[in-house]
Amino acid sequence: MEELLEILRDLHPEVDFETCDSLIDDKILDSFDIVSIIAEIEDQFDVVITAEKIIPRNFNSAEALYALIQELEDED
Amino acid sequence: MQNHVLDYLDNIVRIKPDKIAFADDKEALTFKAVYDQSRSIGTFLHKKGICRKPVVVFMNKHPKEITAFFGVIKGGDFYVPIDEEMPRSRIELILQNVKPELIICDEKTKEQAESLEFAGEVVLYDDICDTEIDEAALKEIYDKTIDTDPIYIVFTSGSTGVPKGVVACHRSVIDYIEQLCEVLEFNEDTVFGNQTPLYFDACLKELYPTLKFGATTYLIPKELFMFPVKLVEFLNEHQINTVCWVVSALVMISAFGTFRTIVPKYLRTVAFGSEVFPIKQFKRWKEALPEAKFTNLYGPTEGTGMCCYYKVEREFEDKEAIPIGRPFKNTEIILLNEKNERATGEEPGEICIRGTSLTLGYYNNFTKTNEVFVQNPLNTAYPELIYRTGDLGRYNEYGELVFVSRKDYQIKHMGHRIELGEIEVNVNMLPDIKMAGCIYDEIKGRIVLYYVGEMEEKSLAELLKEKLPRYMIPNRIIRLEQMPLTANGKIDRVTLKKNYQTGKEK
Repeated sequence: MEELLEILRDLHPEVDFETCDSLIDDKILDSFDIVSIIAEIEDQFDVVITAEKIIPRNFNSAEALYALIQELEDED
Repeated sequence: MQNHVLDYLDNIVRIKPDKIAFADDKEALTFKAVYDQSRSIGTFLHKKGICRKPVVVFMNKHPKEITAFFGVIKGGDFYVPIDEEMPRSRIELILQNVKPELIICDEKTKEQAESLEFAGEVVLYDDICDTEIDEAALKEIYDKTIDTDPIYIVFTSGSTGVPKGVVACHRSVIDYIEQLCEVLEFNEDTVFGNQTPLYFDACLKELYPTLKFGATTYLIPKELFMFPVKLVEFLNEHQINTVCWVVSALVMISAFGTFRTIVPKYLRTVAFGSEVFPIKQFKRWKEALPEAKFTNLYGPTEGTGMCCYYKVEREFEDKEAIPIGRPFKNTEIILLNEKNERATGEEPGEICIRGTSLTLGYYNNFTKTNEVFVQNPLNTAYPELIYRTGDLGRYNEYGELVFVSRKDYQIKHMGHRIELGEIEVNVNMLPDIKMAGCIYDEIKGRIVLYYVGEMEEKSLAELLKEKLPRYMIPNRIIRLEQMPLTANGKIDRVTLKKNYQTGKEK
């Protein structure tokens, strides 16, 4: 989780990712952020996030995103 | 001969009044509605005595915003689009430059519009769009219009921290639309899926061809560009067959293997530009849509929309760049070398544009205009302007024009043209900041800001959001103890970039 938070904080140091659960709904993340986050996650966690996983629900909070990473890691 | 850009609208409304012209995911306007509402707005402006003046359109992206643009033109004025997401300080800079007498807004932007520092009046679109039409007044305005009168001002990044307003006229837009339609083969069956914001000239590609042919444009909700499968579903739902998008929007789809799940099955014309298209991603598109035609477009706002095109028909190696190609008909590209002579062979030179497609220059800014809209140095016999783009190009072995680099610190980021200098000026204006330097990481597509000062990264990021549009906010902010300087005492961007690339961020 800490690793993920670091990726997110690098992009938006001003956001509290531990509590925010409306990253998409409140337009905090934009399409550039999504692309960067996916690239960083794929690099650091050695998983592949495919198009069908790129949906608002999975990106609304750090927690949801972390759950997605774990799900992908379990699949390997 | 057509001298007025809205002849397209006046003509098509007689042929296809009830067809949908512009729509988003919630609302649609027919050509008749666009025609009537724009004439009402034109009449309203006439009654206000506003003619040959800039009128600011401050609305959310919506079919009505487009109709407001046309209404402004009907009134003999020129529209200045401002985006709801632009930070306040930037909007006020634009207002100071334009000094509008009127802002047209919608329910969502009304409060913000009314709180802005400016001397004019704010009106709601919905309050003026059914003004009783004064046919005689509109005809008089129309008859008096000449094709070198302006129709819009769009603002582009300025290295001194103040955005520059590019003014375009009927003539240059008509020329552009005619050439573009011929190259991309638009027709009445074209269904556009618009991606680009309405506050830049990029949307000319959809707006005016829609009027010319009686085609249809769907404004795609911005959020969809984060979610590739939903985006393609939208394209399929509306049977969109033509897109003119920035490269990053296309790559968003191809990079995540979206085509394994869903393919945009109606798409047959894909035009792209503003950035380099990575060949690996381009090949995925080509493979998913073997029947589609792909065209690279190139051109600065100062040359009205785009000025060059390249139809991608041959194979490319992964490391190759897709060429800029060749100019549209009725436009010449001159490559000037450092001696201001025409570059020869494969020698690189500054890309300069000659022709009707040149815009009128920067609004209320003769100094900046005269720096780049200059006498053609190859012509010493009579006045003839060219626009110096600041882009370096050369001809490759096939005789195709290719982009080499920029002469200055202008970058293309997510399809947006940005002066790194404008970001630095805004950072330097903040309290507790001693020095700021920006670089661009082309590989990851990141704007990286280095600064020296007391402020924390977090607070800096927050303050910048109030100063700069979202797409200009640095993607990484790094505080330094000391800024590397060149021998002349300037910020050493070369060292910054080298440190960044080798991972020695601090």
